[in-house]
Amino acid sequence: MDQTTSIDLEKRFEGKIAQELKIEPKDWMPEEYRRMLIRQISQHAHSEVIGMLPEKNWLTRAPTLRRKMALLAKIQDEAGHGLYLYSAAETLGVSREQLYRDFLDGKAKYSNIFNYPALTWADIGVIGWLVDGAAIINQVSLQRTSYGPYARAMVRICKEENFHQRQGYSICLTLARGSKEQRQMLQDAINRWWWPALMMFGPPDAESKHSQKSMKWKIKRASNDTLRQKFIDQTVPQLEYLGMKAPDPHLKWNPERGHYDYGPIDWEEFWNVIRGKGPCNKERLRTKRVAYEKGQWVRDAAIAYAKKYN
Amino acid sequence: MSKTFDTSTPSPASTLDAKIHYLFQLADNALIMGQRLCEWTGVAPELEIDLALCNIALDHLGQANAWYEYLVEIYPHPTDVDQLAFCRDEHQYYNITLTELPNGDFAQTIAKMALFSIFNYYLHDALRKCPDARIAAIAARSYKEIQYHRRYTSNWILRLGDGTDTSHERMQRALDIVWDHAFEAFAPSPADRIMHQHGIAPDLEQIKSLWEHEVHQLLHKATLSIPETGFTGYRAKSDGIHTEHMGYLLAEMQYMQRRYPNLQW
Ligand SMILES: [Fe+2]
Ligand SMILES: [Fe+2]
Repeated sequence: MDQTTSIDLEKRFEGKIAQELKIEPKDWMPEEYRRMLIRQISQHAHSEVIGMLPEKNWLTRAPTLRRKMALLAKIQDEAGHGLYLYSAAETLGVSREQLYRDFLDGKAKYSNIFNYPALTWADIGVIGWLVDGAAIINQVSLQRTSYGPYARAMVRICKEENFHQRQGYSICLTLARGSKEQRQMLQDAINRWWWPALMMFGPPDAESKHSQKSMKWKIKRASNDTLRQKFIDQTVPQLEYLGMKAPDPHLKWNPERGHYDYGPIDWEEFWNVIRGKGPCNKERLRTKRVAYEKGQWVRDAAIAYAKKYN
Repeated sequence: MSKTFDTSTPSPASTLDAKIHYLFQLADNALIMGQRLCEWTGVAPELEIDLALCNIALDHLGQANAWYEYLVEIYPHPTDVDQLAFCRDEHQYYNITLTELPNGDFAQTIAKMALFSIFNYYLHDALRKCPDARIAAIAARSYKEIQYHRRYTSNWILRLGDGTDTSHERMQRALDIVWDHAFEAFAPSPADRIMHQHGIAPDLEQIKSLWEHEVHQLLHKATLSIPETGFTGYRAKSDGIHTEHMGYLLAEMQYMQRRYPNLQW
């Protein structure tokens, strides 16, 4: 390709971004844009898939049939989200198989939050409320992301996520109105999930290494700290309505800022979990790896059968 | 709500008892199938299979819920769905033992589901035309879902049976493991007999011959052989005497209701 054309293409790409037009799979895009998107979309897909595990931990012990069905339907939605997102990533010229192998080999990241254990039934409520809640804040902003297939996947996914959050909050509300034991169970779960949920938005803006370019190309539409603040402002009244407390003595409404102030986040913990040193990192990946290996003969059989009869 | 439980006896004393017992058979089959399938979540051979198994599990739980709701209406004491689903003792569950068998590998799960769903398909096909309007309505809704379970699992029997040498061997072994338990479906419980006399439940001999015809054809097409039948005396659906696996399944499923009785969740 001669230089003029390459410059033209880049101009046209930047022009589209500036006009809020979507970039589509067949459009020219800078290699770095493609790489960044592949990384982000596949991480997002892996998160959906690994996120099934903590919730599955309570599926067979769910306390009522209605809750069991709702939880199962939620987990099924997450598997579906994983599928849409892998498809969105595939439009960028990578194979799902390769992405999935990188994930199993520990080469790809996924959301840190799923490296924490779901210890009681209350965790299922709190995961739906806080974790899906934080995911929604992030995903609503991504509905305006510059890459078309990703933006459209987000629109579809957000509808279901809202439902998950309401379901989670409904579990929390029932516990909050329940016995002393149930309220304690809820408070413990909030104590354990609060900080990890705030960390879901990623490191502070100053330390976020991919953020600038990502914002410039409108892959990301709002900064980590902005989204985190939005989440806190939205969540605190819900917390108060439950009559529960956040494990943060600094959490306080600041009338001047028009936002809640919050205490320092333990970023050392965050980086540790990213580096594989969270309470469940090894176990979660091992579970997925073993499942993949155990399923090899099934996938082989399906391929062999299809070859024979197609 | 009272925690003491008195479900129907092995020999129903009245038509209502027989109907209650019969509905428990249907409800418990669906609940226990659903519960077992939940165990696959997140660890299936591929994401599409995960999604399908979740879907099938959800169908079963939904069917169980519908039967329990009907039971709550006709039950002689005030009760609710969760009391029925979670608060009975092992001998008060009337599912067939096939449904409670461990998942084993994917072939074993498919074997169990296929043998069950082919039976369930013919059973519900009869029930959806029965004169009890409530039973017919629930069965009609379930029938559509069961058609899909039957198709999905039959397709896997073909793929695994006629796929690779490994898959063939695994599929054959899986069938051998679960085979005997399928016959419990066709051995009439006292409730089956009474409900059949009232023209509601079908003749299980007929269902059996439909099942055998279809299963034999399916296995033949999948290049699998028909397992030799061993013990056929399982009668959990009549007397609540289960396999050794059931206690563990219930311990897990009932954990919350047992540990924290009489609470809202
Ligand atoms: Fe999701
Ligand atoms: Fe979700």
